[in-house]
Amino acid sequence: MDLKELYRDVILDHNKRPRNFGNLAPADAHAEGHNPLCGDQLTVWLRMQGETIADIRFEGKGCAISTASASLMTEAVKGKDRAEALALYARVHALLTQQDAVPDASLGKLAALSGVREFPARVKCASLCWHTLGAALERSAATVSTE
Amino acid sequence: MSATAPLPAPPSAFDAARVRRDFPILEQRVNGRPLVYLDSAASGQRPLPVLRAVEHYETHCHANVHRGVHALSQAATEAFEGARERTRQFINAASTREIVFVRGTTEAINLVAQSFGRARLAPGEEILITALEHHANIVPWQMLCEQTGATLKVVPIDRRGELEYGRFLELLSPRTRLVAVAHVSNALGTVLPVKQIVDAAHARGAVVLIDGAQAIPHARIDVRALGCDFYAFSGHKLYGPTGIGVLYGREALLAAMPPWQGGGDMIRTVSFEKTTYNDPPWKFEAGTPNISGAVGLAAAMDYVEGLGLEAIAAHEQRLLELATAGLARIPGIRIIGTAARKASVLSFTMEGCHPHDLGTILDAEGVAIRTGHHCAMPVMTFFDIPATARASFGCYNTEADVEALLAALAKAREVFA
Repeated sequence: MDLKELYRDVILDHNKRPRNFGNLAPADAHAEGHNPLCGDQLTVWLRMQGETIADIRFEGKGCAISTASASLMTEAVKGKDRAEALALYARVHALLTQQDAVPDASLGKLAALSGVREFPARVKCASLCWHTLGAALERSAATVSTE
Repeated sequence: MSATAPLPAPPSAFDAARVRRDFPILEQRVNGRPLVYLDSAASGQRPLPVLRAVEHYETHCHANVHRGVHALSQAATEAFEGARERTRQFINAASTREIVFVRGTTEAINLVAQSFGRARLAPGEEILITALEHHANIVPWQMLCEQTGATLKVVPIDRRGELEYGRFLELLSPRTRLVAVAHVSNALGTVLPVKQIVDAAHARGAVVLIDGAQAIPHARIDVRALGCDFYAFSGHKLYGPTGIGVLYGREALLAAMPPWQGGGDMIRTVSFEKTTYNDPPWKFEAGTPNISGAVGLAAAMDYVEGLGLEAIAAHEQRLLELATAGLARIPGIRIIGTAARKASVLSFTMEGCHPHDLGTILDAEGVAIRTGHHCAMPVMTFFDIPATARASFGCYNTEADVEALLAALAKAREVFA
């Protein structure tokens, strides 16, 4: 296994300087995600305009994979509508878990997450933010977990 | 490190490279690198004599225990009860009636909580633990408090991870019925002054349980010298099998305690009107026990005594000191747990690199460490960190293992520069 595949420059950059970091006030919805075994914890805040994600921010503590994944996610879904965001979530999930998934152009920078699938113990780190986004989109304030 | 710790053996007495050859699992490569196993605090590996003892038992001796007159049942019973006698010697208990086989430390503590605690504790009475306990020495007491109305009190630790012994004495009160403390902290490595704790608690009339899970492979334990009422440990931390552990309990206490699980082996007579119970220890061993596990545990005790527990402890102490000094030279490393007396455990964080990322990078280098909260979430909360990376040493670790750890940490710093 190749560490460079996991810790690509894009991942390291988004870990060090996470985009859209902090809370959003006022927000229309938020959800909390928590993986208690490793301690990853994040909150995703959403401001909606109808079906469109007008703004999104996240805050929390976690490993490089969870932080970078959340940062990349916020960039990717801002401006998309609910259905588009959920469809992207499905494609990212396939990328993280299916050996033969090929990142298509629509994934953009999210393709950097493809190295995670070689490290099965870390898939839950990369997917936590997406599960949390899903929960926020459902206007659910429940705590979710991918452990 | 225990009340009876003898002088350390001279450095030349211990040949870790030779010891390592007794552990076939350590010969493998992980991710293309020679395995460097630094996770013995989570679980030790098994030496050939343990593997062979289990294989021999399963190949030649197995039947159910305490049940038949046929040859194999007798052989199995002898092997199982022989393991009990071996365990008695190992911790210097007065009688095999004080040695209860359980699944592990966790089950031992639950047994004491439910069998000893449930009938005796009343609202207003207190159980005293410390802030550095493993969840296995917290949650059973919380459950017991819910059941009985007793109160759980927690002795704080200081920034080095040492018990605030003065606070312990203050918190120890006439209401304290039970004191339950770790002998060695799994998250911090702190060695607790258990002999002092036992004496102080007994002076107040409290019963003392020691969670010895992390102490058992690193020191000679003499339960009579310690004077504790209960001592709990797991076989797999002592290079024995998983699923076997020991609860030592003073005979008078065990005799007065009700059974906690009902079934076969724990009874004397059963009728629908009235069942009578077996004597300790069998009263607490309902159902067919882990016979091969007990056999393997006895072999592990032979093995570590053959190496010399004092020699093992001295060797591990040298590795701990070497690794501690090495870590101190790496910028951004913060050692969590800097008590004056530590055993085998080195917890740390690296600035800018989450413990989870550290664990992955070290694994890619073949170095196995534990990352996470180590089932001690209150310790993490105390130090205001989500998790630590933890390297821990066993009898088979060498100076080369410490060097591999330090090299892998340098690599992690490169990745997260």
